[in-house]
Amino acid sequence: MGDFVLNVNGARLRVSASAEETLLSVLRNRLNLTGTKYGCGEGQCGACTVLLDGRATRSCLVPVESAAKAKIVTIEGLAQNGKLSAIQQAFLDEGAFQCGYCTSGMILGATSLLHERHNPTEEQIVEAMEGHICRCGTYPRIVEAVKRASRLLAPGASR
Amino acid sequence: MNHRDEPVTEFVQGSLSARPCISEMDRRDFLKVLGGGLLVCLTQTSSWAQESGRGFGGHELSKELSAWLHIAADGEVKVFTGKVEVGQNIRTSLAQLVAEELRVPFDAITMVMGDTDLTPWDMGTFGSRTTPTMGPQLRTMAAAARQMLLEIAAQRWHVDPAGLTAAGGKVTDPQNTRSLAYGELSRGEKLVKTVSSEERLTPAPEWKIAGTAVPKAEGRDFVTGKHKYPSDITRPEMMFGAVLRPNGFNAALASLDTSAAEKLPGVKVVRDGDFIGLVAPDAFAAQRALAAIQAKWNVPAQSSNQGLFAYLKNNPENGRDDGPQHVSGSVEPALAGADLKLEEQYSVAYIAHAPLEPRAAVAEWIDGKLTVWTGTQRPFGVRDELMQAFHLSPAQVRVIQPDMGSGYGGKHTGEAAVEAARLAKAAGKPVKVVWTRSEEFTWAYLRPAGLIEIKAGAQHNGTLVAWEHHNYNSGPAAIGTPYSVANQLIQYHAAKSPLRQGSYRGLASTANHFARESHMDGMAHVVSMDPLEFRLKNLTDPRLQAVFQAAAEKFGWGRLKSTPERGFGIAGGLDKGGYVATCAEVEIDAASRRVRIRRIVQAWECGAIVNPDGLRNQLAGAIVQGIGGALFERILFADGRILNPHFAQYRVPRFSDTPQIEVVLIDRKDLPSAGAGETGLVGVAPAVGNAIFAASGIRLRNMPMAPRSGVLGEPDPGFRS
Ligand code: FES
Ligand code: FES
Repeated sequence: MGDFVLNVNGARLRVSASAEETLLSVLRNRLNLTGTKYGCGEGQCGACTVLLDGRATRSCLVPVESAAKAKIVTIEGLAQNGKLSAIQQAFLDEGAFQCGYCTSGMILGATSLLHERHNPTEEQIVEAMEGHICRCGTYPRIVEAVKRASRLLAPGASR
Repeated sequence: MNHRDEPVTEFVQGSLSARPCISEMDRRDFLKVLGGGLLVCLTQTSSWAQESGRGFGGHELSKELSAWLHIAADGEVKVFTGKVEVGQNIRTSLAQLVAEELRVPFDAITMVMGDTDLTPWDMGTFGSRTTPTMGPQLRTMAAAARQMLLEIAAQRWHVDPAGLTAAGGKVTDPQNTRSLAYGELSRGEKLVKTVSSEERLTPAPEWKIAGTAVPKAEGRDFVTGKHKYPSDITRPEMMFGAVLRPNGFNAALASLDTSAAEKLPGVKVVRDGDFIGLVAPDAFAAQRALAAIQAKWNVPAQSSNQGLFAYLKNNPENGRDDGPQHVSGSVEPALAGADLKLEEQYSVAYIAHAPLEPRAAVAEWIDGKLTVWTGTQRPFGVRDELMQAFHLSPAQVRVIQPDMGSGYGGKHTGEAAVEAARLAKAAGKPVKVVWTRSEEFTWAYLRPAGLIEIKAGAQHNGTLVAWEHHNYNSGPAAIGTPYSVANQLIQYHAAKSPLRQGSYRGLASTANHFARESHMDGMAHVVSMDPLEFRLKNLTDPRLQAVFQAAAEKFGWGRLKSTPERGFGIAGGLDKGGYVATCAEVEIDAASRRVRIRRIVQAWECGAIVNPDGLRNQLAGAIVQGIGGALFERILFADGRILNPHFAQYRVPRFSDTPQIEVVLIDRKDLPSAGAGETGLVGVAPAVGNAIFAASGIRLRNMPMAPRSGVLGEPDPGFRS
C-alpha cells in the first residue's frame, strides 16, 4: 500500500492503495465515485472511461500510480454549479440511454472527442466511439447526442 | 418526479425495514408507518391471475395483493410494484398510466419497485408482461383512488360526487370553483380500500399523460453518474468478496491450498461444501488473494460446438417426447399431395446476454435478518433462493433491486446474491460481490442453442397447404405459424443441454421466427412469388398484414431490386401481443463476402402506445441487439470451458455495426397496450438472411450467419461481417 494524491474533478484527494491497483478500482471502491463503471476490466467496453488531462482513458487499464500526476475528470465532475455540460445535456435531450450503464463512459468519450474535433462527421463519431459498448443498443441516439452537443458547443450557439 | 434516493431511502431506513413483508402486515400498520393518508390496495382479478400466476412456487396471485398506492398528506403519490426497471423504461411508463387515471401531474408520482419488503409479491419482470398486466392493474388502482377522493370531497362539501371533477391533483366543484388538493383530502385520514374489480378506465384516445413522450424518470441521474446501480451500493464496514471458480464445468476439486491467500492482511477464506470464497478489505486485495489460491481440478471430457445440433436432436430431456403443441388437419398426406415442397434445417447458437453490468450483490446480516441489494429481474425469486440457501422465512430476507445495468432475460437468478450472503455471514460484515466479465460469460446462463426442421408444401398458385415445424431445445415461444395453413404439425422437443441455459429477451421467438420466415422466403422462391406478396396471400391476421404493409411502404419494397452486391429482405411475425415486420438492406462485398447491414425499417404495433419515445428507444435497441445474434454472436465451448469469455473474443454490436434504423409505429388506441421489450428483436435475423439470399442466391440457415470463423464440422458458407 502506498499513499497517493489524486487530482480528481479539481480536488486533491489523498488515498492509500496498492501502486498497481487500477484507477477504476480506486475511484469506485476507495473514493466512492461510482459513476465510473466496470464493464470488462480489459479495455474492451469503455464503461470505465474518464478524462486524464482531457483525453478519454480506460481507467481499468491505468494503475493508480501513473494517474497520480494527471488531472482526472470523472462523470461526477462535468456539471458546473448544477449546470450540466453541453454533452450531458445533449444525452438527456436525445434520451440517449436505456439502462444508462454505459452512459458515463459514452459522455466522457464524447467530451474528449469534441475537445479534439469541434464538428465531427458521423464517420468520425463512429470511429472515435467504437470502443464503447452499449449493450442496450442505443447507438443511433448516442450519435445524435454527440451531433447535438457539437452544435451546442459551436461558437455563437446559445445554450 | 421526486428523487428516488431521498424519500424512498428515508422510507426504507425508517421503521419499515425491521418489519415483516408488508403483504403479511396489517394494512393499517402500513398506514401508520406512512404517516396516514389514503392507501388503495389491489387484489388480482381472476383474469390477471390466470394469465400470470401459474406454476411459480405455489404463489396463487389471486389471493394476494398485486400492488398498492399511497397518497400522503403532502399530496405525494407512491406506487408500489414488484416489477423492476432494467432500462425498458417502465418506471416512466407505469407512472404515466397512474398519473393519467389519478389526474395528477407525472412529477407527483414516485414508483417504489422491486423491493421485497415494500412491494407486493411479483413473479418477475419478463415475458413483456409489465405493460399488459401491471399497466391495467395500476390504472385500476389509480382510478379507484380518484373515485375515493371524489367521495371524500363530496362528503366534506355535502354534495353529490358525480358533480365533482378531479384534475391536476385536486378535486374541484364546478358549481362554485372551490377545490381541495388530494393531500388535503387524505390528510389526517387512515383510509384503506381494497379494490378487486376493474374500474372504468380512461380510454386511450382521451389520454393526456399516457400516450405521450414523457422523458425517462430521473434521467438526469443517468448523465451525472448519480444513479446507484446494484454494483454501486456500499454499506458501512463493507468488505469485498470473490469466489473461486473451477476451471471447467462439472469439475471436481483435486487439491486446494489457501495458505498463501490467508496470509494476506485482512483476508478470510470461506469454505462451505463446494463453495470456496474469500473476503478482503478491498476489491483489489480480494482479487489478489483469489489469485494466490492454489487449486487443481479434474474436469471431465465434455462436448463442444462440434456436433451440437445432432446432439440436441438425439438427446431428449427426460428421454421422452411430449408430443406436438399443435396439430390441425393432416400434414403427411397434404405434403405428399402438394405441388411444391421445401424441407430444410435451421440452427441457432448459444449466445450470451452480456449485460454491461455483470451480476453484483451487496449482502448484510443484522440480527438474523438478511438484506441483499442485487441486480435481478426476479427479486422475489432471489428471495426464495436466499430463503432456501440459509433456511430463512420470508420475513427474514429482504431483496432490493436498484434499477440495474440491464439483463435481457439473463438475470432471473440470484447467484451473486447467494454468494455475497454466504460470505457476509462468515465475515460478520456486509460483503459486496461483483462478477468479472469472464465470470458473467462463463457462470451465468445462455440463450439456448437449437435445431429447427421445417417441411412445407404449397399449391402452384402460392397457397400454403402443409406446415411442419420441429424445434429441438431452443424453445416453444412463437412456434406456431401466423399464416393460414390447413394442415399443420408443430412441435417443440426439450433436449438435454450441454451448457447451462435459460431465459433470453424474446425467448425462442427469435429462433422460431428465423426458421419460419427464412422458410417462407424459400417457399416464395419455390412458388416464384414476391416474398411480400406470398406472405400476404397466406395471411388473414389484419394486424400482421398492417405491419407488413407499413414496413414495405416505408422501405420502398417493390421499387428496390436486389443485385449481387445489394440485397433486400423482409420478415415479420407476432408474439406476446406485439406485431412486427422488418425490412433489411444488406451490402455484400463480392470478393470477401463481407456483409454489412445498411438499413433496417421496422413497423411495429402493440395496441395503444403508452410512451412513443420510450417505445422507439426499445425497438431500435432490440434491432441492434438482434444484429449480434443474426450475424456474429456465438458462444464457443469445448471440454467444459467457454472459449470466448471476453468482449475481445465474443463480439457484440458496436457503433459501426449499426445501420440506418427507421421505426414506423402504428398506434392502435382501440386496443389494449402490450409489451414491447422483446418481440422487436425477432424480425432482424430472417430479414437479413432473406436479403443475403436475394443478393447472392445463398440461403444462410444457421445463426449467426456471418461469424468470425466457421465451426469445425459445420458447413461454412464463408460470409463474414
Ligand atoms: S471496464 Fe474498462 S474498458 Fe471495460
Ligand atoms: S444504455 Fe444500457 S448499456 Fe447503454
